[in-house]
Amino acid sequence: MALFDAKIQQQLKDVLNNMKDEVQIINFTQEIECPMCRETRQFVEEIGSLSDKLKVKVYNFVTDREMSVKYRIDKIPAIVLLDKEGNDHGIRFFGLPGGYEINSFLGSIIELSGKREPIPEDIMKRIKAVDRDVHIQVFVGLGCPHCPAAVSTAHRLAMENSRIKADMIDASNFVPLSQKYNVTGVPKIVINDKFELMGAHPVNTFLDVIDRMKETSLNMA
Amino acid sequence: MDFNLSTISFLSEKNFRPVDPEKVYDVVIIGGGPAGLTAAVYCMRKGVDTAVIVNHIGGQVAETSSIENYMGYRYVNGVELVEKFREQVQQFSIGYDEGNAVETIEDDGIKRVMLTDGRIMKGKTLIIASGKSWRKLGVPGEQRLTGKGVAYCTICDAPLFAGKKVVVVGGGNSGIEAAIDLAAVAREVVVVQLLEKLTADKILQDKLSGFNNVSFIFSSIVKEITGDEKVKSVVLENTGSHEISEVSTDGVFVEIGLDPNSGFAKGVVEMNKYGEIVVDSACRTGRDGIFAAGDVTTVPFKQIIIAGGEGAKAALSACEYLINKE
Repeated sequence: MALFDAKIQQQLKDVLNNMKDEVQIINFTQEIECPMCRETRQFVEEIGSLSDKLKVKVYNFVTDREMSVKYRIDKIPAIVLLDKEGNDHGIRFFGLPGGYEINSFLGSIIELSGKREPIPEDIMKRIKAVDRDVHIQVFVGLGCPHCPAAVSTAHRLAMENSRIKADMIDASNFVPLSQKYNVTGVPKIVINDKFELMGAHPVNTFLDVIDRMKETSLNMA
Repeated sequence: MDFNLSTISFLSEKNFRPVDPEKVYDVVIIGGGPAGLTAAVYCMRKGVDTAVIVNHIGGQVAETSSIENYMGYRYVNGVELVEKFREQVQQFSIGYDEGNAVETIEDDGIKRVMLTDGRIMKGKTLIIASGKSWRKLGVPGEQRLTGKGVAYCTICDAPLFAGKKVVVVGGGNSGIEAAIDLAAVAREVVVVQLLEKLTADKILQDKLSGFNNVSFIFSSIVKEITGDEKVKSVVLENTGSHEISEVSTDGVFVEIGLDPNSGFAKGVVEMNKYGEIVVDSACRTGRDGIFAAGDVTTVPFKQIIIAGGEGAKAALSACEYLINKE
């Protein structure tokens, strides 16, 4: 049975019509012992069929190990988005971006296709100035209305600066990981394993934390 | 699998402009809920130069899972309704700022709105429609453990408590709605209520009684939430006997009502003892050129449809004020 009914399919087509250039969707999966892997594969394949500008590739997490390593995939189901030239901007979705999260998934696709809302100059300067490796993990729940905003902000940062990588993680799909980071509320944003933000925040707040990290590590040095 | 797609945010044309701090707007609106956004539409249709300062678009509506009493929709989810509101506002080239909170306001004829990021927005008139937010318990441990087991958004966080034990504080409508959502996933739900009985609507109480993993502790207040890295227990005091008890738990959902977001306006406009801004039937505050609308005001009954109507009234009052001033 299809995941999307006819009405949602049409809505998705309309939204994807806004894409400028092609985007590649890479899905890492495995046949057995992986909750939501089958559904996630179906999800990307159905979405992929709704636009000529989407190219879907599916890899097996274990047997296509070379690719898992190349894209630094350590858990599945996983989705990687690449731009039209196949460049990896560090945009990942772990778990199926369903529920409200479909909005961040579509948003990231459209932005990566080249259609982006302008960012005010002073903020853009701050983003471009980040000169260390930053890994943002955004833990979400699919029933959380303000989670997609947190994911979109993190992914936009990743698009604008190659040193920044950003993951959406469905907290309910990765329970041990959520426990490791003590996720009992979403969205929870973990930056470089150490710094935490609760709730959706404007891009400036992300940058404040990233700047603070710099001070902390300088102090440590 | 459900998909809560908000097509509007992708499809509709956006005419928003950033708010210009150099300019004195005819109307500055604080708030992006039903009151603020309705006021924005009315002002733009009147042709007055307007800026709207939004912290969280939609406010409480964005955190409501289903709405069945907003006319025109037999059923609509909160985010969808907010998207509709936003779409109606963004057809106008209105000054729009999102994601920043208001620190204070000042009035020396020109109304100045100071944002927490240091910017100052100016208007000839001001409409305060900043709404309400979840009331905190104000007990030790609450703030420290927020996001570590203390939660305020049930539709967001309930799934994270699957198979666990949770305490819901509050026996009103929002408390019992939370208990229903949680009872479906959690192992055990304990409802702590200040009064000796629940005050939620009967239809909700009946729904909750369908679960057999729910228990109640009446006539009790929360004294403390304990835990280091995450919530371990709540400490309760019986309001009659003053007996202290402790309930071990993995999570605490605080559902004890709402407080007005009016702190930034203290000393500028009159408020009642709950912090609600006092308005007359035309949404005028006691202060010349400052209007208020929706849940942040003394208007009785906090409902989406009422907040929207109040927003319209405040906008028309502000426009009338501008005309009379000229």
